[in-house]
Amino acid sequence: MTYELLGIMVLWTFLYGYLIVASVDFGAGFFSYYSVLTGQKNKIHKIIQRYLSPVWEVTNVFLIFFVVGIVGFFPETAYYYGTALLIPGSVAIILLAIRGSYYAFSTYGSKENRGYMLLYGATGLLIPASLSTVLTISEGGYIEERNSQVLFLWNRLLASPYSWSVVLLAVVSVLYISAMFLTYYAARAKDETALEVVRGYALFWSAPTILSSFLVFLGIRTQNPQHFLGMLELYWMFAASFLCFLVAVYCVWKRRRYGTAFLFVMLQFAFAFYGYGAAHLPYVLYPYINIYEGFTNETMAGALIAAFIAGLFVLIPSLWLLMRLFLFDANYVQGTGAPKKG
Amino acid sequence: MTQYDPVFYSRMLTELTLAFHIIFATIGVGVPVMIALAEWRGIRTGDPHYTLLARRWTRGFVITVAVGVVTGTAIGLQLSLLWPSFMRIAGQAIALPLFLETFAFFVEAIFLGIYLYTWDRFKKKTTHLLLMIPIVIGSSASAFFITTLNAFMNTPRGFTLEDGVIKNLQPLAAMFNPATPTKVSHVLASSYTTSAYILAAIAAYKLLKGSDHAYYKKALKLTVTAAFVFSLATAAIGDLSGKFLAKYQPEKLAAAEWHFETEREAPLVLGGVLGQNNEIKYRISIPYGLSILAHGTPDGEVIGLNEFPEDERPPLYIHYLFNLKVAFGMYLALVGFLYLLRSRKHRGRELVPKWLLAAIVAAGPLAMITIELGWFFAEVGRQPWILRGYMKVADAATTSSHVDTMLLLFCLLYLVLGVTVVRVLSKLFRNYDVIQEMISLGIEKGGRRS
Repeated sequence: MTYELLGIMVLWTFLYGYLIVASVDFGAGFFSYYSVLTGQKNKIHKIIQRYLSPVWEVTNVFLIFFVVGIVGFFPETAYYYGTALLIPGSVAIILLAIRGSYYAFSTYGSKENRGYMLLYGATGLLIPASLSTVLTISEGGYIEERNSQVLFLWNRLLASPYSWSVVLLAVVSVLYISAMFLTYYAARAKDETALEVVRGYALFWSAPTILSSFLVFLGIRTQNPQHFLGMLELYWMFAASFLCFLVAVYCVWKRRRYGTAFLFVMLQFAFAFYGYGAAHLPYVLYPYINIYEGFTNETMAGALIAAFIAGLFVLIPSLWLLMRLFLFDANYVQGTGAPKKG
Repeated sequence: MTQYDPVFYSRMLTELTLAFHIIFATIGVGVPVMIALAEWRGIRTGDPHYTLLARRWTRGFVITVAVGVVTGTAIGLQLSLLWPSFMRIAGQAIALPLFLETFAFFVEAIFLGIYLYTWDRFKKKTTHLLLMIPIVIGSSASAFFITTLNAFMNTPRGFTLEDGVIKNLQPLAAMFNPATPTKVSHVLASSYTTSAYILAAIAAYKLLKGSDHAYYKKALKLTVTAAFVFSLATAAIGDLSGKFLAKYQPEKLAAAEWHFETEREAPLVLGGVLGQNNEIKYRISIPYGLSILAHGTPDGEVIGLNEFPEDERPPLYIHYLFNLKVAFGMYLALVGFLYLLRSRKHRGRELVPKWLLAAIVAAGPLAMITIELGWFFAEVGRQPWILRGYMKVADAATTSSHVDTMLLLFCLLYLVLGVTVVRVLSKLFRNYDVIQEMISLGIEKGGRRS
């Protein structure tokens, strides 16, 4: 395998990791606020807090990893995306900043505050919406280079039905992934009331997720025909994704094996996400950056990959410890282990 | 500014983000060390006061970490958004430390999450303390990696530039460039000093307000002692930094010292005002001072600013930044020294006088201001370069319009975050008084009030 492919695979894996972890986090924020609005707060709020509190910072790091990595491996991306995305990028930063800090304020601070909750819930949907537009932009047609000046064509992005279908997919997937995870978590916590509520959410959001996925799939045909042909060649991945979706929903529907169900949700998104990414290659930004021309020098690529492997040796045991203590420790999940913060 | 200039606004926005972020980054690097110290003492002496100290500090610490994380994310993305041309070139040479920094922070974040929620979960108390080791290593390592990046901007090494393309790259030589040792150690030591003084200021404030609980006295002793040791280290490294500058970035030292002509036996200039033709009025001059700072000998030759073309000289106002930073640094060391002197003299029953408590309270914010001054000095002193000798700031910025609007937006964001974080922190500690907490933990019998 070439360095270029290895590099983009590492990055794509981080983005996939972010997709899953952040979706759980974003969706949970929304459900948390929604439960306050509908008066069901006492039913599900507790399990959401239990899971989120120890892991929220980890989520942000996945995103930073991806950004730092892509600039490292493909420095040209910094130039094109950097120039073009000043405004959407800044807006995303501000939303992330508000979300992260206000979460900490309400969780670690003294009292919960309805305003903080609103910010937390709203950003949970706005951030994925704004981040997803980067994927749309990468399809080409929204960034142009004229007289060595990089221009971002705002109006075209806002007027594009494809762009909105991606936003829709991002938002409903967040809710679907999150609800699926919380179903599993509630089941582990043996919290029957919470389970009923979040299981309902999971089933409710499953249909919109798969429908908007189809919508995006078809939308690519007009947006970037070359990408669409690539995806057709990898049709088996999307078929596998759909199968995984069916298994996941079936399990939740039949009220059994919630853990397996969430595993299949992860597989569903893995197949679709890697299939989408693989078909997009060799372009990172169509048609300006492809992985072979925009790649960093070989020495740095080697150093980055070595650093990455060394880093995994530290990271994987640490993540395992985190999961063992908070996700797979029955006492903690069920709340009998008396977790006291501070 | 009558005309929109993206370079100017990009600089302002980067300065703003860094100035705000550095407060939380400093706390993020230094406070874990203090928490570890307190918890360790608690375990060693069996004194529950120290353990409680660690616990309460941690509670406030996580809130500052959250702001540090989000502002760190901001600067990470802004590097690409505001300086795309810089990242395109330099990204090739310095991607490695940036990448490693994320790993270091990742480890810190994971273990902080664990540490926070496992105070009573392990049978052996030392197990919980052990969790602090990856946190301390992670936070200090992040500071290390990021600072190598800044060092690289000052003394770029480990590559050759041919037609705007980086060739013959040696990533480790780029990371361990000549500026790295002094810069990294200065950043670490000053972060430890500042964090210790901020915590000391809290304890001193409580004592000044009339509480005389042993809890605060122990906190004060622990923090001021640590702060004193760290401040000495910072000063010693600061001296080495002067020697580094004289050798590798003479224009920065010369501008900081208003030293125009190359000469031996150069005096150190304090304060003063620049007149026409750069003559200096109203200054205090220490004979041989600059030669000693630069080379360690009174007759060392110090390169003057006139050796450099006019468009490659840093702005001369950094002289004041430099003077103030050194003066404040000395104040910090002196306060610690006085405290230790007194507590040695009055062994056993020491009552710290009010003026000294007030001086310690002042040292907290002053230490943070010193950090800010230091960074402004370091960054403005590198002007006009973004990559000394290779790329100027003006050629590195984005060409995008609307940077001014973004600047406004971020001003607003930091204002709101800043105000809220202060409110949340003060509420957190006011609502949960330490004496009440000790009573509820069974460390203290009820009845006494602070």
